[in-house]
Amino acid sequence: MSRLRPDLAVIAANVAPGARVLDVGCGEGELMEVLQRERGCDARGMEIDPEAVERCVARGLSVVQGDADRDLTDYPDEAFDYAILSQTLQTAARPDAMLDDLLRIGRRAFVSFPNFAYWRMRFSLLTHGRMPVTRHLPVSWYETQNIHHVTVKDFRELLRAKGVTVEKCWFFSHEREIGGASANWRAEHAVFQLSR
Amino acid sequence: MATASALDAKSLVLPDPLPLDSGQVLPNVRLAYETYGELAPDKSNAILIFHALSGDQHVASLHPITGKPGWWDRMVGPGKPIDTDRFHVICVNVIGGCMGSTGPASEGPGGRPWGMRFPVITIRDMVRAQVALLDALGIARLHAVIGGSMGGMLALSLAANFPGRTERVLAIATTARHSAQNIAFHEVGRQAVMADPNWREGDYYGAGKGPEKGLAVARMAAHITYLSEAGLTDKFGRRLQDRAAKSFGFDADFQIESYLRHQGIAFSDRFDANAYLYITRAMDYFDLAEEHGGRLADAFARSTARFCLVSFDTDWLYPTAESKHVVHALNAVAAPVSFVELSAPYGHDSFLLECPPLDRVIKGFLG
Repeated sequence: MSRLRPDLAVIAANVAPGARVLDVGCGEGELMEVLQRERGCDARGMEIDPEAVERCVARGLSVVQGDADRDLTDYPDEAFDYAILSQTLQTAARPDAMLDDLLRIGRRAFVSFPNFAYWRMRFSLLTHGRMPVTRHLPVSWYETQNIHHVTVKDFRELLRAKGVTVEKCWFFSHEREIGGASANWRAEHAVFQLSR
Repeated sequence: MATASALDAKSLVLPDPLPLDSGQVLPNVRLAYETYGELAPDKSNAILIFHALSGDQHVASLHPITGKPGWWDRMVGPGKPIDTDRFHVICVNVIGGCMGSTGPASEGPGGRPWGMRFPVITIRDMVRAQVALLDALGIARLHAVIGGSMGGMLALSLAANFPGRTERVLAIATTARHSAQNIAFHEVGRQAVMADPNWREGDYYGAGKGPEKGLAVARMAAHITYLSEAGLTDKFGRRLQDRAAKSFGFDADFQIESYLRHQGIAFSDRFDANAYLYITRAMDYFDLAEEHGGRLADAFARSTARFCLVSFDTDWLYPTAESKHVVHALNAVAAPVSFVELSAPYGHDSFLLECPPLDRVIKGFLG
């Protein structure tokens, strides 16, 4: 497997070979390329940044410039085996509505996000009394795109309320996978595999 | 690697009469075309470029009338984004045109020019003619079709109506249907032509003088729609033309007036007024969804091609929403589609002008 970010690598490894995949917020298409080349997937992408879209097209990928907050509604029901949302949920205007759309478009969804209850965050907030600026959330509160900070517990609660099934989940700290115990404290990052 | 010059102008008469959407049949259809780059022995490297309303087959060779470089010279050639060292590029003058393909100025029944006896044609008719040309050339499947503006309509129409004929469809600054506003601007142009007393119901060939003034006005009005307001302000502002003060008359005081007059005259020197009527009509009739039972997605249901749509943020003639409408339809049938809205200051004409991201998208999409 190519050098992907660990959350992307775990997604790539868990997508069924040959599946139809929509990568929402696909960036420059790193995951899509691996899915197509190594998993034989039919991968499509959506990305808001036109320069990133341009690079995807230049790589031979099928990527539509769009805003996930608005344009996911354009996709028909169950058009994909998987809809993937990596590191984007916390930027959504309505993360709950975006989750609904993901599970409408895809039979399954992968969602990854930074966990705001990671102990370093809590420590930073507790000791300094200021919004944490970290490796994974490197931007100050006033210019961050992350407008809906979420914790592992919060996310599980939303899934429960919506009746969404968690098929698998993975947690990461310092780019390494860790176990699920006390994930809300210990995980910098979480990846969930979901279905309706 | 050789590039073709204007000297080896090619044309071909289709072996069969061409059935038209109107129900009529056009006999002895001649198509004038240009090619650049060599066709591979297995004929797999052909790219068909469709020209826009005022364009022609001279995409990358000197124009025989104006002596100017081809209209997409910056995009097509050896080592350029559409690389003629790799691809065999074909560009065909549309039927209804006036650069050698059968149109209203061509000889019609009775040995006289067709004039307004020429049947009203559609975008699909133009495509049907070019597919017949591909048949005659023995090219079964194109590497890509590419077009901007009206050329994009032809590209989408080919994808919808001849789904097996191309592997890639690149449609730039275009739409799947002409809007009321699009039709309105064209109607202004047509009325300008028809109001010129020299138009003579289209029967001006051999009269010494045609409706050049009317055609020039049509072109002036249309040209405004190809540019952005900011682009016009940037290029001309309220600057005066070769004078220090306003003349208190109706001469071209402003640079923009002088520019538009020049555009109008230059256009009427090289373009047939009746051809302008017929081609604008074909564009106005274009509604890809209507052709396919009213649902645009159904137009692409049988397509096997990869699509790429490009719009420009300052294009108000065929704005981004029109491209997204096509993307939506392609998504509905799970067609592989890319779409990008590029930022360029020039309005609709951006696809013809310096826009490096467009170069990269085209080069990348062609693979």
